[in-house]
Formats: sequence, C-alpha cells, structure tokens
Amino acid sequence: MHLQLSREINSVRSVKESEDTQQQIIRETFHLVSKRDENVCNFLEGGLLIGGSDNKLIYRHYATLYFVFCVDSSESELGILDLIQVFVETLDKCFENVCELDLIFHVDKVHNILAEMVMGGMVLETNMNEIVTQIDAQNKLEKSEAGLAGAPARAVSAVKNMNLPEIPRNINIGDISIKVPNLPTFK
Amino acid sequence: MALKMVKGSIDRMFDKNLQDLVRGIRNHKEDEAKYISQCIDEIKQELKQDNIAVKANAVCKLTYLQMLGYDISWAAFNIIEVMSASKFTFKRIGYLAASQCFHEGTDVIMLTTNQIRKDLSSPNQYDTGVALTGLSCFVTPDLARDLANDIMTLMSHTKPYIRKKAVLIMYKVFLKYPESLRPAFPRLKEKLEDPDPGVQSAAVNVICELARRNPKNYLSLAPLFFKLMTSSTNNWVLIKIIKLFGALTPLEPRLGKKLIEPLTNLIHSTSAMSLLYECVNTVICVFFFSQLCVQKLRILIEDSDQNLKYLGLLAMSKILKTHPKSVQSHKDLILQCLDDKDESIRLRALDLLYGMVSKKNLMEIVKKLMIHVDKAEGTTYRDELLTKIIDICSQSNYQYITNFEWYISILVELTRLEGTRHGCERIILSKTNQTLEAMLRPKVTTLPGHIQAVYVQNMVKLYASILQQKEQAGEKEAAQEITQLMIERLPQFVQSADLEVQERASCILQLIKYIQKLQAKEVPVAEEVIALFAGELNPVAPKAQKKVPVPEGLDLDAWINEPPSDSESEDEKPKTIFHEEEQRHSRHRQPEIDEEELARRREARKQEQANNPFYIKSSPSPQKRYQDTPGVEHIPVVQIDLSVPLKVPGMPMSDQYVKLEEERRHKQKLEKDKKKKKQKKEKRGKHHRHNSLHTESEEDIAPAHHVDIITEEMPENALPSDEDDKDPNDPYKALDIDLDKPLADSEKLPVQRHRNVETLKSPDSEVPLVEKKSKKPKKKEKKHKDKERDKGKKKEKEKKVVEEEEDEVKKVILQDLHYFSSCCYLLLSSFCCLGTVTYDIQGNLQHDSQVTVSVIFENKSTSFLKSMELNVLDSLNTKMLRPEGSSVHDGIPVPFQLPPGISNEAQFVFTLQSIVMAQKLKGTLSFIVKDDEGSTHEKLDFKLHFSCASYLITTPCYSDAFAKLLESGDLHMSSIKVDGISISFQHLLAKICFHHHFSVVERVDSCASMYSRSIQGHHVCLLVKKGENSVSIDGKCNDSTLLSNLLDEMKETLSKC
Repeated sequence: MHLQLSREINSVRSVKESEDTQQQIIRETFHLVSKRDENVCNFLEGGLLIGGSDNKLIYRHYATLYFVFCVDSSESELGILDLIQVFVETLDKCFENVCELDLIFHVDKVHNILAEMVMGGMVLETNMNEIVTQIDAQNKLEKSEAGLAGAPARAVSAVKNMNLPEIPRNINIGDISIKVPNLPTFK
Repeated sequence: MALKMVKGSIDRMFDKNLQDLVRGIRNHKEDEAKYISQCIDEIKQELKQDNIAVKANAVCKLTYLQMLGYDISWAAFNIIEVMSASKFTFKRIGYLAASQCFHEGTDVIMLTTNQIRKDLSSPNQYDTGVALTGLSCFVTPDLARDLANDIMTLMSHTKPYIRKKAVLIMYKVFLKYPESLRPAFPRLKEKLEDPDPGVQSAAVNVICELARRNPKNYLSLAPLFFKLMTSSTNNWVLIKIIKLFGALTPLEPRLGKKLIEPLTNLIHSTSAMSLLYECVNTVICVFFFSQLCVQKLRILIEDSDQNLKYLGLLAMSKILKTHPKSVQSHKDLILQCLDDKDESIRLRALDLLYGMVSKKNLMEIVKKLMIHVDKAEGTTYRDELLTKIIDICSQSNYQYITNFEWYISILVELTRLEGTRHGCERIILSKTNQTLEAMLRPKVTTLPGHIQAVYVQNMVKLYASILQQKEQAGEKEAAQEITQLMIERLPQFVQSADLEVQERASCILQLIKYIQKLQAKEVPVAEEVIALFAGELNPVAPKAQKKVPVPEGLDLDAWINEPPSDSESEDEKPKTIFHEEEQRHSRHRQPEIDEEELARRREARKQEQANNPFYIKSSPSPQKRYQDTPGVEHIPVVQIDLSVPLKVPGMPMSDQYVKLEEERRHKQKLEKDKKKKKQKKEKRGKHHRHNSLHTESEEDIAPAHHVDIITEEMPENALPSDEDDKDPNDPYKALDIDLDKPLADSEKLPVQRHRNVETLKSPDSEVPLVEKKSKKPKKKEKKHKDKERDKGKKKEKEKKVVEEEEDEVKKVILQDLHYFSSCCYLLLSSFCCLGTVTYDIQGNLQHDSQVTVSVIFENKSTSFLKSMELNVLDSLNTKMLRPEGSSVHDGIPVPFQLPPGISNEAQFVFTLQSIVMAQKLKGTLSFIVKDDEGSTHEKLDFKLHFSCASYLITTPCYSDAFAKLLESGDLHMSSIKVDGISISFQHLLAKICFHHHFSVVERVDSCASMYSRSIQGHHVCLLVKKGENSVSIDGKCNDSTLLSNLLDEMKETLSKC
C-alpha cells in the first residue's frame, strides 16, 4: 500500500526524476520505512537516494498506511509530524471517516487535498478548517459545472460500484446486502 | 446537434473512469502489465475524441498510471488541451497531470505560457489557484521570466487564497529567474505584514527559505521579524522565524541579546513540543551556550520517546561544531546510543563520534566501532560504520593517529569484510611480498575505478621496494619471479573500464616488461626503479586544477584535433592493443554464452597465448596455475574465497595494538616522570621523516612513529580565491543578491509584451557607455550598513528610506571618454589620468523634492588619493543637502580615502523645488594626491546634469487605471514626431523604457501606450505610434512644461537611433 508515497516525494523534490527513478525512490523508501519497528523514531536518513544528507524522511504510520514526507533541514522535524497529522485529519474530514480504499480509488482527490497544503514542495497552509473550506468550495464548483450532464454519469458510476464487492469503505458484505434491496424500487 | 451531443455523452458514459481503472488493475494482479497496456490503448482512443470530458477522463487515468511508473510524456499535448478547458473540473485534472509529468525537458511546455497567463487572470479564484499550484511544480526559466510580472500582480490580489499562493510560488520563480528577486522583493516584504495569517505565513516561508542560503542579505529584515515573533501566534510562522534568527545571529551577534527574552517567553508559554524544541535548539546553538544546556539535552536523549532522543542527538551535533569539549564529556551516553535498536539513532550517534575523537580516545572508540561492525546486520549501516571508521581515523590528515601500525591492522581487518568499499584504500605503508600478491588478486577488479587507480600505483611502489630487498639479498631468482607475477596480473587492470586505471596500468606494464629484459641480462635495476618514487609526490589539492589560470591564448573548448565522424568513433575501442586478452577477467562478460562457444573461444585463446610472448607458460606461483585452469571464466570474480584471512606477517591484530599502545603510553609516562626535562621521546620503529607539526603539549600523546602529515599541494601559479566552497552549480548561489540596494530602472520584470529580452538588453551593445547596471562593490555596502547601525535607531530609519528608493539613472559624459568598464554609472569626470568619477541620479519616492546622486570614485593611478571634498554651486532650484551649520560654500568631504586601484562610492542628496525643467550644476572636486615624491593638491571641475527623465520613476500601470486617467481630463497634451527611425518597434519601446523610465501599459501592433510617474506625483502618459519610417509620440501630463521637456529629451534619444 505504498501508492500514496508518490505524491509526497514528488512534490517535495524540486528536481523531477524520470518515472523509473521515481519508482525506485518509492520502492526503496517503502522498503526502508516498512521494516522499521513500531516504537522507533519517526525520522530516517535516506542518504543519496533522496538527494543528500540535508534531506530526511519523516513518516507516520496509520494502520496499513505510511505517510512519508521528505524534507530538508529548513523544516522542523516535529512540525512536519504535526503536518502529517493535519493531512490525515483533513482526509478524514473530506472523505468522512477515511479508509485506505478511499485513498486508492480517489487518488485524484487526495492530490487535490494535498495541493491545498503543500505547493511546489513548500508548506502552503496548516490550518485544517481553511483547507476543508477551500476543498468544499471547489467540490461545489465542480458539482455546479457537472449540472445535468453529470447526473447520468453519477448514476452510472453508482450502478458500477454496486456490482462489486470492492466498494470504498467497508468491505464487509453486510453493506452490500443493504444496497441490493434498494434496487427493486427502481423497477 | 444537441441530440448528437447527448448521444455522444451517453456512449462515453460507459468508458472506464479512474475508479474502474483502479479496480481493474487490482483484479488483474497476475497480468497487470498486459491489462495496463490494454488500458493505455483505450486511453489513446479516448484522447482522439473531440469531447473534452472524455479527454479529461483519459488524462485523469493517465495521471494514475504515471504514479504507477508509466511514462506518459507522449500525452503532453493532450494534457495541455485539458488544461485549457473552460470548466474548472477539467482544468484541475489537466494541471494535476502537468504537475506530475512536465519538467524542464518537456518541449510543449512553452505552449502553456499564454494559457497559464489567461488562467492567472481568470475571474474565478480557483482557476487561478489551480494554475499557480500546477506552475509551482513545472516552472521553467522561460515560464518564470514570462510570468513573473503576472504573478507579482497576483501578490496584491484581493483574495487571500490567491495572495498566499502567489507569494509562495515567487520562491520557485526566484530560483528559476534570479533577476526577478530584486524587483519583487519590496512587495514580498510588504506581505510579511499582510492581514491574512496564511499570506503572512507564506511570505515568512519564502523569505526564510531565501535567507537560509544567503543570510547576510536579509539582516536588514531582522527588526521586522522581531516584531512578527513577538506578535504572531502561528506556530509554523514562529518556528520558521526562530530558525531564521538561528542563521542570522552568527552574522550579527547583538541580535542574540535582544532575542533572549522573547525566546524564553515562548519556551515558558508554548504547549507545542515542536516550537519548544526549535526554541531550545536555537538558544543553545547560537545565543548563550552553557554546560547547563548540554545537560538539558542529555535529559532529552535519555528520554524514552525515540523522537526526542533523535532530536537531542541532532542538537548535540550542532553544539559539537562550536564546543566539542563539552560534548565529549557525554561520550558514555553517545556510545550507549550506538547500541540502540533504532538505526536512525545509531547513525546520529556515529556522526557525533566523528567530532569527539582525540588522540587519547581514538583507539578506544575505534575498537568499540569494530565490535559494532561485526554485529551489524544491514549492509547500509555497516557501510556507514566502515566509512565513519575511516573518516574518523583520517580526519584532519590523520591528526589523531599516534600509531600507524595499529591503523594499518585496522584497515587490514576491514578489508577482510566482504563487500567493503573502502577498506583497501590506504594500504601504502606495508612492505611485504604477501600484500603485493593479495593486491594482485582478481577480486580487486570488482572495486570501483578510483580505488583501483590508487591501487595500481601503490602496487608498483611495493614492487619497487621488494625488488630492492631481493637484489640486495642477492636473490635474483626471486626478483625475476616477482617481475613475472606483475606481468601476469597487470593486464587485468589494463582492461579496466576506468580510464585512469587503464592508463596507469598500461604505463606500468610497459615499464615492467622493460625491467624484465634488463633482469634477463642480469643488470641490477632496483636502484633505478626505486628512484622513480624518490621524489615526493604530495597529494594535489582537489581544487588545484581549478585554480590554475587558463593561459592566454589557450581555448579549452577548442578541439585539439577535429572530431572524427560518428561512425569512426563508435568503432574505436580504447584497448585494441590488448584485444587478445579481452575476455579474460572481464567484468563485462556477457552471461549468455553457450558452452560450445565458450569452448571454442578457450581453444582460440590458448592458441593465442601460446603465441603470445607475454604469457609465461609455466610458473612457480600457485596462483598462476589457478589462473590458467580452463574453467577460469566460470568462476565469478566475487566468489574468490576470502575467508582466509589476509595475514600480514609481523602485523599483530588491532587489539594487540591497543594493549601495546597502552603499555607504551604507560612507559612514556614513567619516562616523562623520570626525566622531566626531556620533552620528546626518541623515535621508535622505522625511520620516517620528521615533521615539526608534532609539538606536543603535556596532555598530548607522543606518536609511535613520526609520519609526514602533508598539506595538500597547489600549483605554483594558483590563484587565491574565497569562492572555493561554493558549488558553481548551486542554484541558490544565483540568489545571493543584495536586496538593500535601491532598484535600478533596468531591473524590472519583463512586461507581457516584451517577450524578447535580447532587445531589452541591447542598448549595451549600441551605446557602449550607457550600460546595464552592474552590482555595486559589496564591501562598501557592508561598510555603510555597519556604520549606520552604529549610529543607532535614527539612522536605521533613514536607511529604510534609502532601501525603498526607486532608482533613477541618467548618464552624462562630460570629459574624458576613456572609461570603458561595464559600469552603468556614467562618467562624470576623469581626473588627469588619475582616476574616474561616475555618477547616477536616483529619485526618492519618499521625498518628493529629493534626489540621491551616487558617485563612484575610482583611483586608476599609482598614487594615494585622500581628503577628497565635493562641492557644488547651488542654483535657486537645486541645492546640495549639506550638514547643518555649514554654509553653502562648504564642500562635503568624501568619507573615505582611495588607495591605488580601489574604487568606492559616496552618496550625496540634492533638494529640488521644481522638477519640470532639466538642471545643470557646476561643481568641483578637490583632493590630495600623495605619492613617494610628496603630495599635491588638485582640483577638478565638473557638471552634473539632472535630466527630466531622471525625475521619473518607472511605475507599472494597468490598462483600466490608465484609461481612467486619460478620461479624467486634467492632463495637458503635447506631441512630437521623429522621422528616419529604422529600428524595430519592440526595440524602440525598450529604448524609451530604458532611458526615460516608462513602462508599457498596452501594445497593439505598432501602437503602444506607456506610463510613468514623477517623484512629485505627475502622471505621464504616452501614446507611441510607429509609421513607415517615423514615430509619433502623443503625451499627456499634469504639467505641460515637464511634458514638453520630456518629449524633447525623448526626441533627442530617438533621433540618435
């Protein structure tokens, strides 16, 4: 479950790497981070891999997810840990009780939320309420643009989602059994 | 039509969207690559559709695939299409994709300039926001140059959401286009006091980031930041500011005292651990250091929270740089951290150890580290350990090593470790046959090239000394044997891919072949071989090459020989002479050669070897036989058995050395006690050259052997320079710009219409004496600053005023014309071949009746110039501002003296009543010329020319405001027409901007409106129209005299075109 790493690393680095290098960085970072014990410190020195000794990895571990930031010495280590917390709480608010599948299926939304916090590798906003307000306003704008034309698309995606066991949020079958009885009312 | 669209969208409705794609990939775990290539085909189809929604959906999916590692640069053009969609939903998708996959090499990126500019000025704040976010990820120097002005406008946008993004992205713009820093800086500084906390935070962020690289340029902002620190409640901002002060204080120690109080307040009041830590960190490292603080850190390190422990060690390492002694007393704690289960903490502790070693504890620490090497699991950590051991030992040119035999034994132990990268580097002192053989093992070829190069060189040194031993002992057989061994093994280095190794090896091989011939004739050669190394070859300093000035007439970029055509160079292989040995020991062996082929080649090679005089067919050396075994190619180089320890006779293992050393020290102590007069111990062990560097104090330990500790050598004509530490490629170096200096008119952001920068700059070439502004000498700036700070707050205030001035430059050449440097300051006068005086007039925004004249005095003679005094004959309108109490006839002394070859700058303020007319002032400069023969008093007359244009300040204006201004009706109008204009319109506008301080408001074809403002607030509007061969200029201004004078000056400029 290391897909999320991509954006963090990508946005903090000023120099863009080729896709291969990006993947290598992500893989090795994941490898480094995932083998660490639960009660060790949240800082890691990745060395040359992440661009020199001035840079370090700061991560937080939530259930199956790792949120990894790569920062240089101008950032405060504990500050970044707080920032990750803000990020996760914001995700939680925007997705209403976030779970890992939300992040997998809505990578674009995750990116948009992150873009309100970190811009071009620099911290833009740390106030969660401000971020959520902006995201909500953008969602509203998006909905108004979709208008009528968007409605059928949304219906289709609802139908598509219904058929599969892998709906975001709860994977348990109980959820689906609730949705299925709803179908006959359409007929 | 509408129906068709609906039908189209229903068709497309069942296209895969992002969620379907993700789901699909998850369901095709086994054949993921195949599934994705299918999806990419579908996406390509979708991108061909006209419907923008379909395209956006496709791009959205591509962004996801990019994240998985697929190259999507082929769709760059489609991404731009989606970026330019009118709907925000699609625009956002486009910009996201662009931010993920665009980079400086993306060629279509230049197509985005206009689109981005349009989005930046969009009425919808989210369009602007998304464009800024995207741009921050892929801004290129071109984009930065073209858009800097637009972004700067956005910094004053009404919406704080846009302001904060615009402020933040300016940092990226500065990095890519450093020229924008100075024009944008005043506005950036304004934003530090923005009412919105988000904008404020962004501004602090940008300035802190800039100041971190070049702190000295930002010292003047200290009072502002001080105010922010005491007023802000945002922890992010506070942390940044405190970190910034950490960087500023070393440059201005008095800041420290002021900061103590607010910092202590913060420490007591904050609940945020992060802020607390940063405060403590800054306090201990910079302001008032005490043992107490280190004790506090110790508590932090002993804390059970691993994060705090890590940070404690990190802070400790900062103290180490300034106060190594106080950290050394906590050695126990740090060594304890080496046993921590957390690798990050262990690495931190290792870093600390590096600074803690002394002659006394080196052996002990290294011994401890060796234990860790044995225990270490991960290869990264072990490599790190090895590097650190060697670094620790070799730091400051082996300063701490007292016993080199011990060090070598450590190195030998290290080389035994499999996969070591460093171990073998420095075995240069041991002199045994076995070492030579060990060095010749093929395993060496797995080492990196630079090590091999050192290796080869040392091998010959060893060879030489062995040869001498043998010859002296009369063992001719043995000597010849060793020569043979060399000849057998050297070719493996000749084949090396590393050029350096190749070159050294082939030289040596030839040399040894020659020696062999001589040996065959029983000629003693050892003496001569030894003589090869008799001269001392000190290490050459790494920067030596750089420091040698390029001799005149030598063009390093020129080809020595014309480059061969491509086809030739491809075929060329550097080691064709040795082609017969190509397969042997080669690391680049192709793995998939079948058995038959191998056998055939082996036969062929045997044949070749039989015919090759350089192959000795039978050899007494056991290694030789091993090498000739037919299956040698099947033995991978790394598999060579290394478990047999490399025994170096006469070399005890390192542990024994520690004991020996202890005994030795004990003995030394006893002896010292006995004979107190005797300062130094007799030399023990082998004879090495003595070095006077070892003047020991009582606490120092006498080294077991005296070894030359050599400083790096520089070529004779190396140039001294301070620029050494700076990496020329460092992007931040370009941002080392003096921000306190007032802006010059040439320093403005390119305006939308002026895409062509070359034309803007071209006045340089056309009018050689009126050049672009160059940097003022920094020294002088600093001097000024210091002086002003000394004079207290009152002066501080004044200085601020100076900072905010806008430049006004007008140049006049009065006397001698032989001033040819690229300085933009105009020649005022040149005093009888003794020197030059140049000046520059700057309007002062704050005082509507003052201009500042900066005069640079340059002494070009060999005499000393002093007691310079400048005096001007005041007119009714224009007066020089003299100190209180002095009469109008007194001159103002120039506050410096000029040694030969030195230039310096002084500023004089003039007051004006009316600015509508150009002014000329007569003046004199008196000075004393002092040389060996005595001193003479000299006088020099000059004229200062204040043109009307020099009262104008380039002020940007926007078309709506411009239109309102024209409509207002209270402007006077006048016009001129100039014929015979041949230069392009673009060039023409650039000239007006440059010489007359106007900015372009709008340009349509060959017609442009321009605007400027005088220091007394007159608006000046121009409408410039270009005909076939003529230009007509209509001007409007509050004051008709000013306007007509300005137009006259313009006419003069244009008629020169």
